[in-house]
Amino acid sequence: MSRGALLGWRLAVAAILIALWHIAANTTLFGDPKTVRFFFSTPGDVAARVWNFFATGSIWKHLWITLQETVLAFVIGSAAGILIGFAFAMAPRVAAVFDPYLKMANALPRVVLAPIFMLWFGLGVWSKVALGFTLVFFIVFFNVYQGVKETSPVILANARMLGMNGWQLFRHVYWPSAMSWMFSSLHSSVGFALVGAVVGEYLGAAAGLGYLIHEAEGVFDVTGVFAGMFVLAVFVILIDQIVTFAENRLLVWRPEAAQRQ
Amino acid sequence: MELAGVGVAFGAGQNAFRAVGRVDLAVAPHEFVAIVGPTGCGKSTLLNVVAGLLAPVEGEARVFGRPVRGVTREAGYLFQQDALMPWKTALDNVAVALEVGGVARAAALARARDWLARVGLSGFEARYPHQLSGGQKKRVALAQMLIRDPKILLMDEPFGPLDAQTRALMGDVLLDLWSADRKAVLFVTHDLEEAIALADRVVVMSAGPAARLVSQHVVDLPRPRDANEVRLEPRFHALQKAIWEDLRAEVLKTYGRAS
Ligand SMILES: Nc1ncnc2c1ncn2[C@@H]1O[C@H](COP(=O)(O)OP(=O)(O)OP(=O)(O)O)[C@@H](O)[C@H]1O
Ligand SMILES: [Mg+2]
Repeated sequence: MSRGALLGWRLAVAAILIALWHIAANTTLFGDPKTVRFFFSTPGDVAARVWNFFATGSIWKHLWITLQETVLAFVIGSAAGILIGFAFAMAPRVAAVFDPYLKMANALPRVVLAPIFMLWFGLGVWSKVALGFTLVFFIVFFNVYQGVKETSPVILANARMLGMNGWQLFRHVYWPSAMSWMFSSLHSSVGFALVGAVVGEYLGAAAGLGYLIHEAEGVFDVTGVFAGMFVLAVFVILIDQIVTFAENRLLVWRPEAAQRQ
Repeated sequence: MELAGVGVAFGAGQNAFRAVGRVDLAVAPHEFVAIVGPTGCGKSTLLNVVAGLLAPVEGEARVFGRPVRGVTREAGYLFQQDALMPWKTALDNVAVALEVGGVARAAALARARDWLARVGLSGFEARYPHQLSGGQKKRVALAQMLIRDPKILLMDEPFGPLDAQTRALMGDVLLDLWSADRKAVLFVTHDLEEAIALADRVVVMSAGPAARLVSQHVVDLPRPRDANEVRLEPRFHALQKAIWEDLRAEVLKTYGRAS
């Protein structure tokens, strides 16, 4: 399929879904339109609300807070994951001691931690960062740990024969190997940073996209919920695009990355 | 370089696998020695011992009279498997060999470019290993090894996965580069003709486990040689026949055990 045709089909799917929604909310074809409106709102109202968000500028504050939380959770979670991942891969005995505890912590559904984080860090940005951190950290940690351990022994032996010492081996062999593993999970770790932020806001906050949606739900403002979800979805897609761009730049040496270009 | 009564075992206790028996082998300065032997007999293992990547359970390896401790700095090693760093371009893979020795980046890049040209890879500097063919990768690895100007060369089936024509070409490239300063070479191959065409001496290894050296044949063909044309000489065939007699017995042993 050509690019143009693909885009056409994608737009057609959206148009049909919105048209069905519109018909259901304005005619008696699928039942009482009043009930439909109560549960699903209407495309026109949702669009107007989204327009209103940006026209009044009220949305920017929430977007900015959510973006901040996502970036902080991603950066801090990744840094910690890389650090501990390397430390454990280099010190197998320490890794063996901590192994069951890490598995336990990772198996825990992170949502149950949200109230505790709010207690510890308050209702502001940091309790959401903490929640995102617990999600990002484990993804990055496991990948870096794996990346260092799975470094090809032949490449390593060759590097040593070329005269590399400890630091040079780290820089030219271990680090790139670990990074390639970490980047392969970049989409999920960035995604989870965002999930942490939004879920945290949803459970208790004074600003952010999650808060916006939660507020609207509290007063059965279905239009507000759908408008918030729409903005959130576009926000996620934009962030994902940025990640894809970064990935293609950083992993040019990979066969898959080269094929995509 | 020298191997004195070297024995190698993998694993310990009951499950220990004695890969190499007792091997004595000396390679003189400027000498090109080829090792042939059935698959799995321990050829790579021997090179790893000389390189200092593997410690023998008995005997010792010596390089320039000094026992090998840790990796052998004077040695360049061309591995049987792909060993290029996939995240570096061909140029960076070669240049890094100088950079880690303290050469400034600009100078290292210039010399790396020069070496890539010598192995016939001008224009491929910016390629990543996955964008190179098998033979091209081997040539990058060759440049990476030689740019450091190591005093001895260890080569493990460097042209193993290549087709016959490319191998002959690579053999010529290697002979060309080698004849400039004639370093001591230990060259592992499973291709008897290649061994005779390149080497001063061909050593036949027995089938494992506890592999030994079975016989040695001095290749008295004149140098400089053309890796292709030398195959037509009568003396070449006589040597080939003699060495094949020894080798065949060992290869048959390997398969006899397997079946
Ligand atoms: N790490 C290891 N642990 C246990 N056994 C090993 C190990 N490495 C090699 N061996 C065994 O030692 C023997 C010699 O291996 P080696 O790689 O030296 O063979 P080779 O002569 O290079 O074979 P080829 O021609 O196929 O490359 C083989 O039987 C192999 O199975
Ligand atoms: Mg081998």
